[in-house]
Amino acid sequence: MSDSAAIVDRAHADHKAHPTWKQYKWVALWLTVITAVEVWVYYTPFRESPLFAPTLLAMSAAKFAIVVMFYMHLKYDHWVFRRLFVGSLVAAMGILMALLFLFSKLKIG
Amino acid sequence: MATAAIAESSAAPHGEHTHYTTTGLENRKIAMWTLIGSECMIFASLISTYLVYKGRSKVGPWPHDWGCKTSAIVGKTAAAVQAAGCAAADVMKPVLDIPITSQSTFVLLMSSLAMVLALEGVENHGKPGYDRWYKGSRFWLAMTALMGAAFLGYQAYEFTSFVHEGLTIRTNLFGSSFFTLTGFHGTHVAVGVLWLVSLLAIDMKRGLKGATDVLLVDIAALYWHFVDVVWIAIFTLIYLIQ
Repeated sequence: MSDSAAIVDRAHADHKAHPTWKQYKWVALWLTVITAVEVWVYYTPFRESPLFAPTLLAMSAAKFAIVVMFYMHLKYDHWVFRRLFVGSLVAAMGILMALLFLFSKLKIG
Repeated sequence: MATAAIAESSAAPHGEHTHYTTTGLENRKIAMWTLIGSECMIFASLISTYLVYKGRSKVGPWPHDWGCKTSAIVGKTAAAVQAAGCAAADVMKPVLDIPITSQSTFVLLMSSLAMVLALEGVENHGKPGYDRWYKGSRFWLAMTALMGAAFLGYQAYEFTSFVHEGLTIRTNLFGSSFFTLTGFHGTHVAVGVLWLVSLLAIDMKRGLKGATDVLLVDIAALYWHFVDVVWIAIFTLIYLIQ
């Protein structure tokens, strides 16, 4: 086997099988449930609580992770794709935090 | 030597040509992930801009609060604004319509499910027991495009109602940052719908099968899911958190 074919084969070996239809169905169900809870919480007195924003952010992050891992297959694909996306996401979060600090929306201490 | 060999096109099964990089991965897929990465940063900048300007508008309408057309009075309820001295005829309601946006969010989430089923159908074409998926891939692609178009319809309705309530891109800081962010996202959805329609046309003309076509659908699916995850962030940060 040539070197090039070996590299291609190794890359394909790193690629795990995608989720099944059943898993996709469960993912869709979870996304629907989390969205429904988000909207429900918006209409409850919990909206006035200081925990409201962190709770919603946590639910949103969970939905984000579920879509990226299962629908975008990042959990099953090659590590290069994972690093490309996670690296960019970290940079994006850095931009967001930097701008919020710069324009005094967030303060240290 | 291996690098040069891989950089060139290598013949894949079915006589199709796939383009592998030195990692052994398809270069078009790497390009799509790189694009998605850069798009993350663009959307992060737009979301930050919205958050920085949040609550700094001098005139209404406001996203979550009631306001007054003739003064800078803002309140949590219409009664609070009137109690502060605003005439009943001048009271402005909050512009964000959560029930409508929740529906459009649900539609976009379900379009992602349709997209993975379309990819599943194309990927498993010819495998025993998967014929029904292949036959369904055209249906799922059409459903994804349709749900994307429905999302755009919701957005058009939302933008129109905002304009009727006096909020345009030039009205205040909220209007400028909101229309820029959601309009940019909507443009991405529109591009995605056109992409899906072109895939559907290819599918109807000659059928989507083989490694190259799987890759075509896979890349389109990545883009579509990315548009979905961006909306997940926008829905929470802009619509739900006050």
